[in-house]
Amino acid sequence: MATVSETHTAKKPSPARWLVVAVPYVWLLLFFAAPFLIILKISLSDTAIAMPPYTPLFQGFGALGDFASKLDFENYLFLTDDPLYIRSYLSSLRIAVISTFLLLLIGYPMALAMARAPTSLRPTLVMLVILPFWTSFLIRVYAWIGILKPDGLLTLLLQTIGLLGPNEQVQIFRTDIAVFIGIVYSYLPFMVLPLYAALEKMDNTLLEAANDLGCPPLKAFWKITFPLSLPGVVAGSMICFIPITGEFVIPDLLGGADTLMIGKTLWTEFFGNRDWPLASAVAVILLVMLVVPIAIFQNQQKKVV
Amino acid sequence: MRASRFDATVLTLGFAFLYIPIVILVIYSFNASRLVTVWGGFSLNWYRTMWSNQGLMDAAWVTARVGVISATLGTVLGTLAALALVRFSRFPGRMLFSGMIYAPLVMPEVITGLSMLLLFVALNIDRGFWTVIIAHTTFTMCYVAIVVQSRLLTFDRSLEEAALDLGCPPVKTFFKITLPLIMPAVIAGWMLAFTLSLDDLVIASFNTGPGATTLPIKIYSQVRLGVTPEINAICTILIGLVTIGVIIASIGTKRAEMRRIRDEHVAARGTT
Repeated sequence: MATVSETHTAKKPSPARWLVVAVPYVWLLLFFAAPFLIILKISLSDTAIAMPPYTPLFQGFGALGDFASKLDFENYLFLTDDPLYIRSYLSSLRIAVISTFLLLLIGYPMALAMARAPTSLRPTLVMLVILPFWTSFLIRVYAWIGILKPDGLLTLLLQTIGLLGPNEQVQIFRTDIAVFIGIVYSYLPFMVLPLYAALEKMDNTLLEAANDLGCPPLKAFWKITFPLSLPGVVAGSMICFIPITGEFVIPDLLGGADTLMIGKTLWTEFFGNRDWPLASAVAVILLVMLVVPIAIFQNQQKKVV
Repeated sequence: MRASRFDATVLTLGFAFLYIPIVILVIYSFNASRLVTVWGGFSLNWYRTMWSNQGLMDAAWVTARVGVISATLGTVLGTLAALALVRFSRFPGRMLFSGMIYAPLVMPEVITGLSMLLLFVALNIDRGFWTVIIAHTTFTMCYVAIVVQSRLLTFDRSLEEAALDLGCPPVKTFFKITLPLIMPAVIAGWMLAFTLSLDDLVIASFNTGPGATTLPIKIYSQVRLGVTPEINAICTILIGLVTIGVIIASIGTKRAEMRRIRDEHVAARGTT
């Protein structure tokens, strides 16, 4: 089939064909790739009290020599000097790793149960997983505030059951536990769907063969099902891990003052302290940290195609 | 037998976890009391306060316009990008191109938002309505590209090839044959793009300017001040709209699918 279409393209080279590639390509180069060069540039400039609040670094190609002489790594040195930033990065990574693990722990049984459900039921189950994803992220995080607040519904529920005394309250809101709950809740569909996609196309005859040969179900799971679902595990983990590392809304609304996450630090530097160059440096280092996971994700996506 | 009971338990618990918070949020939007834990009887009071809150209504209008324009632009660009990815196996910089399609899907929003803002500042463009639209178009087009791409990959090209063989020009073939066939995916892509734009807080916060406050920015600033049932009311309306949209879309695609299958049967009978 590919050869047929290629003979067509060879016969009819049309300018419209080039536009198909060129228009989205140019758009992405201008609005997605170019900003990264700018952010790199600004992370190397000085803070200034002006609008925009940084010193101009690059004026035309004639000023290239000037540019090189003004380059300074002050912002990066500042980041390595102040333990707050290093702790923020490490804490983000810790929270992202733990949340991804929790997501796998909860998402895998769900995906497996969906894949083993009767074929007629599966589209409905998939729809039920996707539907919360269509409702706003902000709304879903907000919903948890009302539940987790000290005078919220969880306290009320536990008091009613009798697990908590009438004057006791649940102290989860504004702690890391609330952040984990918020993250797992918000990202669960992103974990379940790739896992389900991998588990659903699995060949059942393998499990039947194992069963016939006397392999116990649990052993069959670890020997057959889990290894075969690994592409889904990697895809789901990356889709969750990468954005969680830079998450802002969840730690800001559910976390406490001592919940350090780099997305929140960046936001504060930018909107609170108006230190644009430092915020840029924070973003560049975050990006460097995520290069390997993003590369793994990209590779995985290409295999799917 | 034991496995199926395990599966049923897992699914029940999982879906309860996913839906209970949303259900609670909706219920308490009808609460007469201001307190979250006290049920003061059914009331539409918060919907009335919300309706008369001019700031909130202005923000809703801005969000709707940003959503429609950026979703439409994003759908056009994303569909082109999907065609480029699936139909053009070789062109210069294809690796970079597919990288730029996949990266925004996982890129932390703070990075995308900040870097785009710095571009607008460097180009001396005033931030406002249009910069939010450009920012939203850029990240939504990638989602549209993924949705349309999956449709193009499972697509029977014989109709297209027949049209080309009979001398139909490629551009006309695209509009007459390809586009109608991938239409369900294009519509799904548009809806996804629209809801993503409707949801976005972080990227919009970086790229907005005076007079272009979107609903999530407004909701966020109110949430920071505390939980009020008024926010529950506006969230309930948003959830309602999205649910209706998704239901209409799924009925629509099911109908289109059935029509297509019927047409194919008719066509198959016609040829034999």
